Amino acid sequence: MSDTGFTPNEMMTIAASRALRNDDVCFVGIGAPSAACNVARLTHAPDITLIYESGTIGTAPDVLPLSIGDGELCETAVTTVAVPEMFRYWLQGGRISIGFLGAAQLDKFGNINTTVIGGYFHPKTRLPGGGGAPEIATSSKEIYITMAQTKRGMVEKIDFFTSFGHGEGGDHRKRLGIETSGPTLLITDLAIWKPDPVSKEFTVVSLHPGVTREQVQDSCGWVVKFAEALDETPAPSELELKTLRDLQARTKAAHEGTGKAKAA
Amino acid sequence: MVKFLPLKQAVAENLKDGDTVAFEGFTHLIPTAAAHEAIRQGFRNLTLIRMTPDLIYDQMIGMGMAKKIVFSYVGNPGVGLLRRARDAIENGFPRSLEIEEHSHAGMANAYEAGASGLPCAVFRGYRGAGLAAVNPNIKSVTCPFTGEVLAAVPSIRPDVTFIHAQKADKKGNVLVEGIIGIQKEAVLAAKRAVVTVEEVVDNFDDLHPNLTVLPRWTIAAISVVPGGSHPSYAHGYYARDNAAYLEWDEIAADREKFQAWMQANVIDKSADDFGARVEHLRKAA
Repeated sequence: MSDTGFTPNEMMTIAASRALRNDDVCFVGIGAPSAACNVARLTHAPDITLIYESGTIGTAPDVLPLSIGDGELCETAVTTVAVPEMFRYWLQGGRISIGFLGAAQLDKFGNINTTVIGGYFHPKTRLPGGGGAPEIATSSKEIYITMAQTKRGMVEKIDFFTSFGHGEGGDHRKRLGIETSGPTLLITDLAIWKPDPVSKEFTVVSLHPGVTREQVQDSCGWVVKFAEALDETPAPSELELKTLRDLQARTKAAHEGTGKAKAA
Repeated sequence: MVKFLPLKQAVAENLKDGDTVAFEGFTHLIPTAAAHEAIRQGFRNLTLIRMTPDLIYDQMIGMGMAKKIVFSYVGNPGVGLLRRARDAIENGFPRSLEIEEHSHAGMANAYEAGASGLPCAVFRGYRGAGLAAVNPNIKSVTCPFTGEVLAAVPSIRPDVTFIHAQKADKKGNVLVEGIIGIQKEAVLAAKRAVVTVEEVVDNFDDLHPNLTVLPRWTIAAISVVPGGSHPSYAHGYYARDNAAYLEWDEIAADREKFQAWMQANVIDKSADDFGARVEHLRKAA
C-alpha cells in the first residue's frame, strides 16, 4: 500500500464500481469485474441487476463467487434460468445495458484476447478462451473493461480476437453489422480511459491520485493518448474502501475453506 | 425405459470407445462420479463435448482418453487454466488432441438445436470474433425475411450424455433444480442419457409444477451416487468445494503428481467414496 492509504487495485475496483448505475442491467465477467459490480451494489447502486452467465438474474452474493456458477449466486437471485435462455432471451434479446469484461490481452481499440498467446493452432500458451464474452461484447448495449496495466497485457496487436471491440477503429463495428456501442470505458489501476468519438482509440481522461502520465505510458504497450483536459479520479471514500475490503475478507475466508460451515 | 443400475454397470452399458459424449453441468451438478467411473473403465478415442470442460475433462484428457474436445471455455472457473488440457494442446501430451472451439452462446444454441431435432442452430453471434476464422463449423446464413446475416453452427447430438441431478422418484423421473445450466438440452439432444442422483424419493407429488423434471422415458439409466458431483455441488445438498478447485491447479501442473493423484483418488476408489467427500460441505439442517 502506498502512502495514499489505498492500493492501485483498490482504486481500480472502486473507480469501476462508480461507473455503474442503480438502473443498470449488468452482465458480469468473473474476477475484477465481479468485485467492481458487487461494490457498486453494496454502495451507491443497491438495485442494480447483476447477471452471471450461469443463468442467475438479479443476484446479490455475500461473498464474491469463485466461479460464475457458485451456489450463492442462485440462492440470492431473483430468478435462475437455463443457459440457452440466458444467451438467447436476455443477452441476444438486447436486455443487457452493460457487459463488464476483464482481459488477458487488450489493444487500444478495446479488442480482447483471452484465447491464446501465440498462434491459434500451435499456441505458446493456451488460455481458457471466450466463454460468453464473444456475444456479450456485441449484444450488450455498452461494454466496460477493467484490468491492471502491464506491457504484456496492453499491447499494440492482440494475438487473437476473442471479443470484438472497435476492430480497426472508426466505424468498424457498423461495417460488420454490429449495432451496439461496444467498449465505452476502460478502468485500469492507473487511469480511466474513454474511446475517442471518431477514431475509437482509448484515450486517458482521468489519472488516479498520485499517478503520472509517464507511469501510464511505461505500463502500456501502445503510445498513449491523453485528453486535453485531464481529470484526477477522486480518491476512494472511507465507505467504498471499507465495503471493498470487507467483501474481499469474507471472500478469502470462504474460498480457503474457513467459511465452509456457513458456505452451504 | 429407464433402469436403476449400479454406476459401474450404467457406464459400461452406455459408453463405448470412440463415442461422442457429453458430461454436462454448468459449474453446478457436474457428473464427477460418472466421469471417474469412465476413467476407471479406461475408454479410448472419445470425443468429449462440454461448454466448460473443467476438472473432469482435464482428468480424462490427462489420462489419454480423448481424441477431440468440443468446448467454449477450457478453464478452471475462477482459478485459471486447465493444465492437463494445456499440455495436450500445446505439447501433444499424453496424445494429440483435436479441438473444436465455440462461444457459450454457440454451444448453448447447438445443444438446444440438438434437443429440438434440428440440424443446426441460428443466432446472432461470432461477429468480429476470431473463432469464426479457425473453426470451420462456424458459418453464416441470411435471414430470408430481413436479410440479416446470422451465425449458424451444427446441432450437438451426443451418443450419450451424463448428468448429475438432485433426485429421482421411484419410477425414474428426474428433478434438476438450482443452476440448471444445459442439462435438459444435453439429455434431450443425446441418443441415450445416464443420470446420477443424490437420492431416490417415493414420488414428486409435493413439487412445484414448473420445476425441471426429465420424464423417465428420456433416460436410459439412473445410478444413486450421494456426493457424486464433488467437488462441484448439488443445490440443497452440499456446497461447492472451492478449496478443491484451488488445489487442482497445483496437482494438474505436474505430470507425475497428476498420475499419482489419479491413482489414489480415482483408480483405487469407487463411486461409494463420494459420500464422505461432501460430509463437511453439507448444509446444517
